[in-house]
Amino acid sequence: MSHTSQTISPSLPAASPAPSRLLARKALKHRGFMVGFSILLFVGLTALFAPLIAPYDPYKQDLLARLAPPVFLGGDWKHLLGTDALGRDYLSRLIYGARVSLLIGFTAALISAVIGTTLGVLGGYFGGKVDAVVMFIVSVRLALPATLVALAVVALFGGSLTVVVSVLGMLLWDRFAVVLRSATMQVRQMDYIAAAEVLGASLPRILFKDVLPNVMNQLIVVVTLEMAHAIILEAALSFLGLGVQPPTPSWGLMISEGKEMLLFESWLITIPGIALFILVFSINMLGDGIRDVTAPEGRN
Amino acid sequence: MTHAATPVLSIRNLTIDLPKGGDRPHAVSNLSLDIHENEILCIVGESGSGKSITSFAAMGLLPKVLKPSAGEILFEGRDVLKLSEAEHAGLRGSRMGMIFQEPMSALNPCYTVGNQIEEVFEAHAQMSKTERRARTMELLKEVRLPDPERLYHAYPHQLSGGQRQRIVIAIALAMGPRLLIADEPTTALDVTTQAQILDMFKALKESRKAGILFVTHDFDVVAELADRVLVMQKGVVVEQGTAEQVLNSPSHPYTRMLIDAVPKRHGIKGNPDTSAPIALRVAGIEKTYSTARTMFKPARKVHAVKPTDFTVLEGQTLGIVGESGSGKTTLVRCLMGLVEPDEGSVWIGNSRLETTTAAGRREFRKHIQIVFQDPYGSLNPRRKIGDLLVEGPVNFGVPRKEAMEKARALLKIVRLEEDALDRYPAQFSGGQRQRISIARALMVEPKILIADEAVSALDVSVQKDVLKLLDDIRKAVGLTVIFITHDLRVAAEISDHILVMSKGEVVEYGTVDDVFGNPQHSYTRQLLAAMPGRGWEAPDMAALGPADAAR
Repeated sequence: MSHTSQTISPSLPAASPAPSRLLARKALKHRGFMVGFSILLFVGLTALFAPLIAPYDPYKQDLLARLAPPVFLGGDWKHLLGTDALGRDYLSRLIYGARVSLLIGFTAALISAVIGTTLGVLGGYFGGKVDAVVMFIVSVRLALPATLVALAVVALFGGSLTVVVSVLGMLLWDRFAVVLRSATMQVRQMDYIAAAEVLGASLPRILFKDVLPNVMNQLIVVVTLEMAHAIILEAALSFLGLGVQPPTPSWGLMISEGKEMLLFESWLITIPGIALFILVFSINMLGDGIRDVTAPEGRN
Repeated sequence: MTHAATPVLSIRNLTIDLPKGGDRPHAVSNLSLDIHENEILCIVGESGSGKSITSFAAMGLLPKVLKPSAGEILFEGRDVLKLSEAEHAGLRGSRMGMIFQEPMSALNPCYTVGNQIEEVFEAHAQMSKTERRARTMELLKEVRLPDPERLYHAYPHQLSGGQRQRIVIAIALAMGPRLLIADEPTTALDVTTQAQILDMFKALKESRKAGILFVTHDFDVVAELADRVLVMQKGVVVEQGTAEQVLNSPSHPYTRMLIDAVPKRHGIKGNPDTSAPIALRVAGIEKTYSTARTMFKPARKVHAVKPTDFTVLEGQTLGIVGESGSGKTTLVRCLMGLVEPDEGSVWIGNSRLETTTAAGRREFRKHIQIVFQDPYGSLNPRRKIGDLLVEGPVNFGVPRKEAMEKARALLKIVRLEEDALDRYPAQFSGGQRQRISIARALMVEPKILIADEAVSALDVSVQKDVLKLLDDIRKAVGLTVIFITHDLRVAAEISDHILVMSKGEVVEYGTVDDVFGNPQHSYTRQLLAAMPGRGWEAPDMAALGPADAAR
C-alpha cells in the first residue's frame, strides 16, 4: 500500500505548546490564583521596599502625638493609620511588620519543607522498614502539641526571630512528610522510574531527577499551607508575649499591644488583624490556585 | 436481511461540537445510523474517532462541555436529545442498557453483586422482594455465571474480570432493554474470556431480540460479531455497510488502511535460521511470591514463574505469549534485574549475568534494554526528550555532548524530527512516545531489546508502524528482540519463535508456523480457538479495485 509513507513519518503536532506555557496560560485564567498571587506580590514588594515606602521610622516615638486616630476615623493625613500608645506611626509599623510575617512564614515553611520532604520521599520510595521508621517519627511529631512546644521552647531560649523561626520550622513538617510520602508512593509505581533504573541511573539521580520533579506540585501546595500556618502561629506567639520581642514591629505584637485599648481605640487591633487576615487568605488562595492549575484534568 | 418496520434507534444527522480550541470543530459531524431489532451494529474507529462520543450521546451521558448542535437521536419514536434529565434517567437502565469497558469501575465495590442487580428493579419497577431476587437469579444464570447462589452474595473484587463484565451485562439486561450499547466491553479482558463474552452477545441478540450497538477498535471482534459495520474517522462516518461488504471489500481508503494494518494470522518470516549463535540463554529462572501469615489469612505462596529455560538466537525475535497472570511480566522483570529471581541464571553469549549486586546489574543493563507497555507512564513528564535520551549513556560514562549527537541520530532512525529533543513527552502522541521509548532503549546499544506489550496500547495503524520500525531496526543493527504480548496476531507477525506461557509455566515453544499451525498443548489450542474472527482473513488490498476516494 502506498499510504505507508504518509503515516510513517508523522510531523510533530504544531499546536501543542510546552507544558510550562500551558501551565502559565491556565494560571492566568484562574481567578483565585491571580487574586492570591497579586496580593502576596503586593505585600512582598511592600515588605521588601519598606524603608522607601514607610513615611516614618517605625521605632521613633512621639509622645505628643499618642493614639492619633487613623484618617477614616477623623484623624489627619500626617498619620494615615494613626499612631500607637507610644506615638509611633501605625502605617510604618504595619509595613515593617509585613517583613517579620513574611520572613517567618517563608523561612519556617522552607525549613519544614526540607525536613518533611526528605522523610516523606525516603519513606515513600523505599517503603518497608524505612517507611516504618518515617511513620514512627511522624507519629511522634503529631503527638506533640505544636503551640505548646513552641511556647515552652521560646520561654526557655528567649523570643528572638531566629528562635521563633527554627522552632516553627521544626514543628510544621508533618504535613510535608505525609503528603509527599503518598505522592512518592504513586510516582514510585510509574514505569519511568523502572526505566531510569534500567538505564543505570543511581539512586540520588532517580530521586532528584525523576521523583522530586513529579511531586513538586504537591510540595508547593503544602508550602503555601504551612506558610500561612507559620504566620498565624508567629502572631499567636507574639500576642502571648513569647514571640518576637518589642520594639520589633510584628503584626501579632501590634495586636497584643493594642489589646488594652480594645474598648476605646479598637482600630489598634483591627488594622493589624485585617492585614494578617488578608495575607493568610491570599496565601491560601494561591495554594488552592496552584492545586487547581497543576491538576491533571484541570478540575475546577 | 429482514428488518422490522421501524429501527430501535435511529440517529439522524447528529453533530456534536467540541469546545473551542480543540483539534477539530466537531466531535461527531453529520452522523446518521439505524439499529434494528435483532441486529448488532459495530462502530469501528481509532482513538479520537468519535465512536465513544456517539454511544454516550445515545445514552444521554455526554460530558457537559460537549453540546449536540444539530440532528436528532430517535429512540422508540422520541428524540433523546430533547428529553429532560429525569425522563432520560427513566430510559436508561430500563429501555436502554449500557456496558462499559472497565467492569471494575462500573460496579460499586461497597455492595454485593446481588444488591447491585436488584437496585435496577427497585429503581424501575414495582416488585416484591422475593420476585426481585428470583429475577436476579434468572439473570445471573442467563449471563452464564457459575454458582449464582454464591455469586449473589459476592462483592465485585472477589470476581474475575470476565465475571465482573457478565455482572455489568446482567445489570444492563435487567429490565429487558430494547437497545444495548456496549463500549469496548472486551478490550480489558483476556482473549479466552473475550471469546466467551462475545459468544454471549451473539446469543443475547437472538434471545432478547434487542438492537446492539457495539463500539470497538478491533476488526477481529467485528468479524466475529457484526451484522453491519460503521467506520468512523475524526468524527465522520467514512464507510457503512454489511459486515461482509466492509470487511472483505472495503471501498474507502481509510477502511482499507485500517484493515490492512491488522496483523496477519500466519508467520510471515518463513523458517528462522537455526545456525545463528545463541544471544540469550535463560536457565531455570524461578520466582515465587509469598505473603506472610496474618491473624486472618494463612501464609500464601504464589509461583509467579516456575523453572523456565529457553534460548534466543542472535538477530531473531522471540514472541512470549500469555494471558494475564501467566507470569510473563514477572519473567521480564527477572530478565531486567528489576526483580531478583529465586533460582536460575541468565546468560548473554558466554557470560552469566550477575543480578545479586547493584554493580553487576548496572553492568548487564548495557546489554539488555526494555520498552514498556504504557507510552504515557514510561516517560518522565518533567524532562525534555533530549534529557531522557541521554540519560542512559551519561549514566554509563559517555560525555553529554557525544550522547546528544547520538540522540539526534537515533531520533532520525525512529523517524522523529530533531526538534523533538527540546520538547516534553506531553507534546507527543502515544505512537510517537513509543518511538521515543525505543530510541531511549537503543541509546546504550544493547544486544537484546525486550518489548513488554510495547504496542498493545496503540491504535492498529500506529501499531503497524511501530512493529515495522522495530523489525527494521532489528535487521539494521542485528538486535535480538524478545516481544511480550497477549495478542496472538501481533506475535505471529513479528516473531521467529513463539513461547506460550500459562500459569507461570512454558507450555509450548516452536516456530510461528508450528505453534499456530500445529499446536501441541491443549492451552495453546484453547488460546487459538478463542481468537475472534477466525473465519475472516483480511483481504489483499492490492487485489481490490481502486479505492473510492469520493467521500
